[in-house]
Amino acid sequence: MKEQPTAYPSPGKSMDFDDTENRVMSGSWAIETNGLTMRFGDFTAVDAINLKVSHGKIFGLLGPNGAGKTTTIKMFTTLLKPTAGAAIVAGFDVGSFPAEVRKRIGYVPQMLSADGALTAYENLMLSAKLYGMKRPDRKGRIADALNFMGLNNSSHKLVKTYSGGMIRRLELAQAMLHRPGVLFLDEPTIGLDPVARRIVWERLIALKEKYGITILITTHDMEEADQLCDEIAIMHHGKIAATGSPASLKASVEPGANLHDVFVYYSGGSIEEGGNYRDVRKTRRTANRLG
Amino acid sequence: MSGKQEELQTAWADSFPLLGFLKESLAIAEVELKKLIRDPTELFTRAVQPVLWIVIFGQVFSRVRGIPTGTIGYLAFMTPGILAQSVLFSAIFYGIAVIWERDLGIIHKLLVSPARRGSLVFGKAISSGFRGFVQVVVIYFLAIAMGIGLRWQPYAILGVLFSVALGSAIFSTFSLIVACIVKTRERFMGIGQLLTMPLFFASNAIYPLTLMPVWLRWFARLNPLTYLVDSLRGLMITGGHSVHGFGVDFGVMLFVFIIFLLIADRLYPTLVQ
Ligand SMILES: Nc1ncnc2c1ncn2[C@@H]1O[C@H](COP(=O)(O)OP(=O)(O)O)[C@@H](O)[C@H]1O
Ligand SMILES: [Mg+2]
Repeated sequence: MKEQPTAYPSPGKSMDFDDTENRVMSGSWAIETNGLTMRFGDFTAVDAINLKVSHGKIFGLLGPNGAGKTTTIKMFTTLLKPTAGAAIVAGFDVGSFPAEVRKRIGYVPQMLSADGALTAYENLMLSAKLYGMKRPDRKGRIADALNFMGLNNSSHKLVKTYSGGMIRRLELAQAMLHRPGVLFLDEPTIGLDPVARRIVWERLIALKEKYGITILITTHDMEEADQLCDEIAIMHHGKIAATGSPASLKASVEPGANLHDVFVYYSGGSIEEGGNYRDVRKTRRTANRLG
Repeated sequence: MSGKQEELQTAWADSFPLLGFLKESLAIAEVELKKLIRDPTELFTRAVQPVLWIVIFGQVFSRVRGIPTGTIGYLAFMTPGILAQSVLFSAIFYGIAVIWERDLGIIHKLLVSPARRGSLVFGKAISSGFRGFVQVVVIYFLAIAMGIGLRWQPYAILGVLFSVALGSAIFSTFSLIVACIVKTRERFMGIGQLLTMPLFFASNAIYPLTLMPVWLRWFARLNPLTYLVDSLRGLMITGGHSVHGFGVDFGVMLFVFIIFLLIADRLYPTLVQ
């Protein structure tokens, strides 16, 4: 019901609305954070992180269960209001202009969030309407998205009959429908079989190349970070331990190092050991539903 | 690519906020109804309880003749009460579905869309209102079978439908608020059971307020179910009348619904935090 942040000048409303002008705040970054922090009670889940993500790149937040990846994504997508610090996403501060941010981003949660009791087409139509797409545009956009994700032939089947890989692709179709500037994917291939995983990677790269979308994924999978991401940030206990391209990070440790070595080197821990019981159980649950 | 075109598309909705709000709400209500039509088992199981109440409880208690029901018989008196009860009982567990959707991540995705938070809640309330119509059909069939005199004037029927939709919307939104507070299915089940019986018995559903001790009567006056029953009694039954008057009945219900909607609008986002 409350929508526009009235206490602030509303950028979306000015008559000579200029997209580039309103993005000046962000400089040249798709995502930029400054001391971004989230505390639950006296537990600090995300601890004053500073990140810069370039436009049109695939950026990976790599870390074990419980590192704070999902919490970070929730702040980027306006689901959680930061306790301290700031994040500018697609040109707007997430705390002050959540509504403006929402129009410009897409999001695929860690769980399988497509509605199984609806068809793929109905899922997409709901998104189209909630994103305020005009009626004449909807069908074309939906057809494009289905086509892009290779779901044309099953668009009128109930989603609960889909495989995990198909559901993920449907969710990507939903998230790209409104042509967002930045796409957030929380553990996008968790629980998928290797073939389905490759297809998702390949589609993400195609999204980046065809539409120039900036993509931020979280993962605890070294191979995914290595193969898919242009740049990664290693996250451990709520902090960013290191950032850089996979190649440069590996080179910084020692010749012939892999990302696991990088993780151990920068965080002082192993990626397998992290996470309390609750985190691991949550991750497993998603994996089971997918499998 | 995300540029000007997108801005223009959403700009029109910004200049008519109410229209945008309604469109979003209807989009939500539409998918809810689609799901309901695809899997209506729940509706049929919900129909069993009112049959028991009217056929068994009603028939037995109409022999007691100790309950002052004015000019109408006890069965006719309690029928609108049982309609209200079945509306309450099916709407109050709505929160379970909401928690389920949260666990699936559906609510996360809705909340990241630019749709107004309030419209996401209002859309659910609309769909719950439509679910109430099925209860109306069940109770009307039952009433005909039991030989209870019903009012068939179009305005009376429209009034009943409006009442039931509003009542469903109130209790489903209330249920959503509870879901946002307790957050887990287990706790919700406990609280849901705890709430329904007091709401039902502290109302005029199966006996008039005048029979109650004074303290309970106060409770009943604060209970939205009382006003739902009262309006239904005035609209549904031949010879029945509304004790509080339709103005008060609908006024109170609308007021309560708007308050609940405002609270739910605030609490809904906390469900995913
Ligand atoms: N709502 C919450 N309340 C309290 N603690 C939370 C909440 N959400 C997450 N946490 C805790 O914050 C830490 C980071 O969680 P999360 O961001 O989900 O990690 P990841 O996604 O990297 O596995 C975990 O220890 C988790 O238990
Ligand atoms: Mg996570």
